[in-house]
Amino acid sequence: MNDEKIKIRLKRRSIIFDILIEKFFFIIGLSSLLVLLTIMIFLIKEGLPLFKEISISDFIFGQEWYPTSGNPRFGILPLIISSLYITIIASLIAIPLSLSVAIYISELAGSTLREIVKPVVEIIASIPSVIVGFFGMVVVAPFLMTHFNIDSGLNLLNASLMLAFMAIPTIASISEDAISSVPMSLKEASYALGANRWQTIIHVTIPASLSGIWTAIILGVSRVIGETMIVLMVAGGAAVIPTSIFSPVRPLTSNIAAEMAEASVGGTHYRALFAIGIILFVITFLFNIIADYLSNKYKFKAS
Amino acid sequence: MKTKAIIIQNTGFLLIRTGTLIVIMSLFVMLGYIFYKGFSALSWEFFTEMPKNEMTGGGIFPAIVGTFYLMLGSSLISIPVGVITAIYLTEYAKNPGIVKIIRLGINNLAGVPSVVFGLFGLSLFVIFLGFGTSILAGSLTLGLLNLPVIIRSTEESLQVVPGTYREASLSLGATKWQTIYKVILPNALPGIMTGIMLSLGRAAGETAPVMFTAAAFYTPDLPVSVFNEIMALPYHIYVMATAGTHIQATRHLQYGTAIVLIALVLVLNMTGLILRYKFRKNLK
Repeated sequence: MNDEKIKIRLKRRSIIFDILIEKFFFIIGLSSLLVLLTIMIFLIKEGLPLFKEISISDFIFGQEWYPTSGNPRFGILPLIISSLYITIIASLIAIPLSLSVAIYISELAGSTLREIVKPVVEIIASIPSVIVGFFGMVVVAPFLMTHFNIDSGLNLLNASLMLAFMAIPTIASISEDAISSVPMSLKEASYALGANRWQTIIHVTIPASLSGIWTAIILGVSRVIGETMIVLMVAGGAAVIPTSIFSPVRPLTSNIAAEMAEASVGGTHYRALFAIGIILFVITFLFNIIADYLSNKYKFKAS
Repeated sequence: MKTKAIIIQNTGFLLIRTGTLIVIMSLFVMLGYIFYKGFSALSWEFFTEMPKNEMTGGGIFPAIVGTFYLMLGSSLISIPVGVITAIYLTEYAKNPGIVKIIRLGINNLAGVPSVVFGLFGLSLFVIFLGFGTSILAGSLTLGLLNLPVIIRSTEESLQVVPGTYREASLSLGATKWQTIYKVILPNALPGIMTGIMLSLGRAAGETAPVMFTAAAFYTPDLPVSVFNEIMALPYHIYVMATAGTHIQATRHLQYGTAIVLIALVLVLNMTGLILRYKFRKNLK
């Protein structure tokens, strides 16, 4: 009788404990949302007051960025255009290379080579960006200088090359997942109609995995826009609208990193840098929402 | 007609193989060159001594210590919060709407640029909470930055633990928590370890958030409290390579430091990849 009571009490205690655990885990589970929200709040709190001093259009379309001169000007158009050019050129380099890797791993490689190439791509993803930037400074910059006869190798082209390298693993591995998930039956139908392997890849496999490939590209491009150390080290740093592929440039991210230390807390310069942070946050946020939407909408159900 | 299709196929395959080769060669050229140039800088003193002569000599001991503290500190945040979030999502959450929103939050958090994380850490931890540029502020920032890494890999490893394990445990009268704690977590542990390794690698290699929240160009002493500034390997490379008057004089030290950072990150990531490989194999 006594034993029974103890058993019931123990059982009840573990049930109550279970409920408490569930509540606790739920609260912790919300933490990533909370962090995201806090990031937004603090960016807005520090950045938004800028627009009491400068109008939004002067900020975004202003062509002069002289934050520390006697008559400071805070126009970020050159920074936006720098970021835009770098992103476009880096994507043009990264996308074909990444898709080659993705198609190679999923369609061409034998099982041994696949087991080698796949981890190598993941290793690229793990290389710290400061290392890639360092390599751009000490190897790629002198190379560009001597071969293209230019004053400085720290420029738009160098930054785009290094960023492309950085973006390749993201685009390649997500595309590879998408391409590999195309059902065998689709490909077999194509072969049965007399198509060869290449025709099947181009006309069946790629179109069928296109939404996954777009997701990969969007996430890769979003990474390029947000990457900081590489552009800080190899883009050259001139806040002017670039005129050639060899112009030194100053994208949004490196501008924040380069100037934060000299901006006094709460000053106009400080607020302007946070306002740039808001722009970056909004752009990458939108890119992620689009990627999320695409990847959910047209996914092949895993068999 | 047939031969034309074959020529196109061969050309296509050649392009794809070439593209893949370019990517792989780039990695080996980059790593090979840095190791080749920096190998001579490595010595026992390089690992164990403080910098000397305005950073142009001596070692990188304080930067190694600083990076170690940041890895440790950030995992104290990211591991418990990340693992618990993943357990909630895979084992407890019943409302698909809530799961969807949380997952969207995680994906977006993973996409926040690291420099924006730096701004956030600066304004919240360094200024608003008054931690100053410190190990504490840096660890908190990196810990939150690493949350998505831990959550995703933990979730993935929890999902592949077979449902029959759960049913067997529950049918023996174990409560849900007992099942998770005694059955599911031990089986998912190698997969969770993969996420931990990847996140440690990231904490070691991130530069922008660290330079806003934790790092100093030079500290004469090792840190004694979590409120101290520290040196860190990636920031050390950046500063030596870009700032100051001794950029050429410290070149060999820059290569040496780069080797140390690459080696650290590679060891962590390869351990992670090997663990995942074995984990997947075991469950098959």
